[in-house]
Amino acid sequence: MDPRFKVAHREALIGVVLAIVHFIWWFGFAYGLGSKPVEEYSYIFGFPDWFFYSCIIGFVLVAITVIILAKYVLKDVSLEEEGDEQ
Amino acid sequence: MNIQVIIPMILFLAIIFFIGFWSSKKLESSTGGFLQEYFLGGRELGGFVLAMTMVATYGSASSFLGGPGTAYTMGFGWVLLAMTQVVTGYFVLLVLGKKFAILARKYNAITLIDFLKVRYGNSKVVVLLAAASIIIFLFSAMTAQWVGGGRLIESLTGMQYTTALFIFAVSVLVYVVIGGFRAVAVTDAVQGGVMVIGTLVLLIAVIIAGGGVPNIMQDLLNENPRLITPYGNEGNLSAAYVSSFWILVGVGVVGLPQMAVRAMSYKNTRSMHRALVIGTLVTGFIMLNMHLIGIFARPVIPGIEVADTVIPLVALKILPAWLAGIVLAAPLAAIMSTVDSLLILVSSSIVKDVYINYINPNATEKKIKNLSFGVTTLLGTIVFLLALNPPELLIFLNLFAFGGLEAAFIWPVVLGLYWSYGNKYGAIASMITGIVSYIALHFYNEAYGNLFDIHTVVIPVILSLIAYVSFSLLINKTKYIF
Repeated sequence: MDPRFKVAHREALIGVVLAIVHFIWWFGFAYGLGSKPVEEYSYIFGFPDWFFYSCIIGFVLVAITVIILAKYVLKDVSLEEEGDEQ
Repeated sequence: MNIQVIIPMILFLAIIFFIGFWSSKKLESSTGGFLQEYFLGGRELGGFVLAMTMVATYGSASSFLGGPGTAYTMGFGWVLLAMTQVVTGYFVLLVLGKKFAILARKYNAITLIDFLKVRYGNSKVVVLLAAASIIIFLFSAMTAQWVGGGRLIESLTGMQYTTALFIFAVSVLVYVVIGGFRAVAVTDAVQGGVMVIGTLVLLIAVIIAGGGVPNIMQDLLNENPRLITPYGNEGNLSAAYVSSFWILVGVGVVGLPQMAVRAMSYKNTRSMHRALVIGTLVTGFIMLNMHLIGIFARPVIPGIEVADTVIPLVALKILPAWLAGIVLAAPLAAIMSTVDSLLILVSSSIVKDVYINYINPNATEKKIKNLSFGVTTLLGTIVFLLALNPPELLIFLNLFAFGGLEAAFIWPVVLGLYWSYGNKYGAIASMITGIVSYIALHFYNEAYGNLFDIHTVVIPVILSLIAYVSFSLLINKTKYIF
């Protein structure tokens, strides 16, 4: 197999795993904390806690993960045919 | 309507036109072949433009008008739902990823259908089925967006709908026809920038107008505590329903042709890595904040009935006129950047996938060039005429444009890339199953309420997966060598 495809397969898998972890984080905080009675909500910077963790912190963490991926994990490969400069 | 609101918009249109002319110059001086240049920008997109064109193509009227308007009514539950879209920022590029870009170059593919054609052994059925779905569904989606664009200009300027639509149509047509995909992508980058700035300005203004976030939250709590729960203002947003949007507006977006074609347009892997970061940040920023603006607007202007008017009304109320003009250029930019991408995509399907493949494979470069300009212009004109008084059929087809296309294309594209045993029988079965089951389930859900309490898209995506795998294994099972 083209060695570049090995890189590509690994990175596609990373995308799937990141989406699954992202979903669990999003779902867990939203419905874990959010299903309490409203009177028991606590507030962070004015936002209800479930929303703050699920959507705001969740987004920040995903963004940091993507930055780390792009900087250190994803590999540069040539997109052209090997030995073909077209 | 205040002239100060209109001036920023005219400026905005002037910049867009300038980019169109600049791109057409590039088109003339290019050496890479007209088709690749016109329909794919010569595969030269850098990271920033790639990210922005993906965000802007994806972000449409619903991200700036409909979505925030619904958040206004339903509260935080709808923002939670909207945040499922953050995943599109990284998922499309990571999953289609390098393999798609490498194979597209190897196959010399300019459209998504070129890729499917080579991958599925030059199957005429695959190509025509895919081209028909793209042309029919995206044509309808385009018309619906044009209506949105016309209505927005109408409401902001007080012009007649016909005049407003005409201005919108001419603006889009000029730069798309002369500049092609490059003009679409670069204007998308400007439009994306306008969307980000508009979002930021309006967010700050609405927080100030509402007296700070804790204050706004107290107002919402006093009005209806359910507004700050994940379950909607009437408690009818279930966890299953909201989660099913992870398919519709999250991971399923990978199957949308207008997104997939962008994943073959970038210059090198460095651009792709940059686009991943920028795309995720910008998508998240816009989705989170626009929908928050929708909710925060509630205590500031209570009692708005029509969801689409929430953002324009709030901007006009809390901002000075000239600033409101800049902010309201954002939804206009969002609509334009979606429409232009659909226009060039439908045009490429007609010219490249149908005409050159099956009608006249030996067409000269000059002929292709004239035809491409001609088809794009003609399409735009037809859409304009239809948008003047949209026929029922188009409104009907538009309902399936998003989810139906996802169900049709997701597996032929994704499994076509990563599963060696996928073949044309699987692809054909998957496309037909996806679209037919989507339409059928749509009617069922309309009549009896959502089956399993989830969005229509989920079951057809599962069914089309089953169809793809079983038909690939049952009929003519062969291992494809990439």
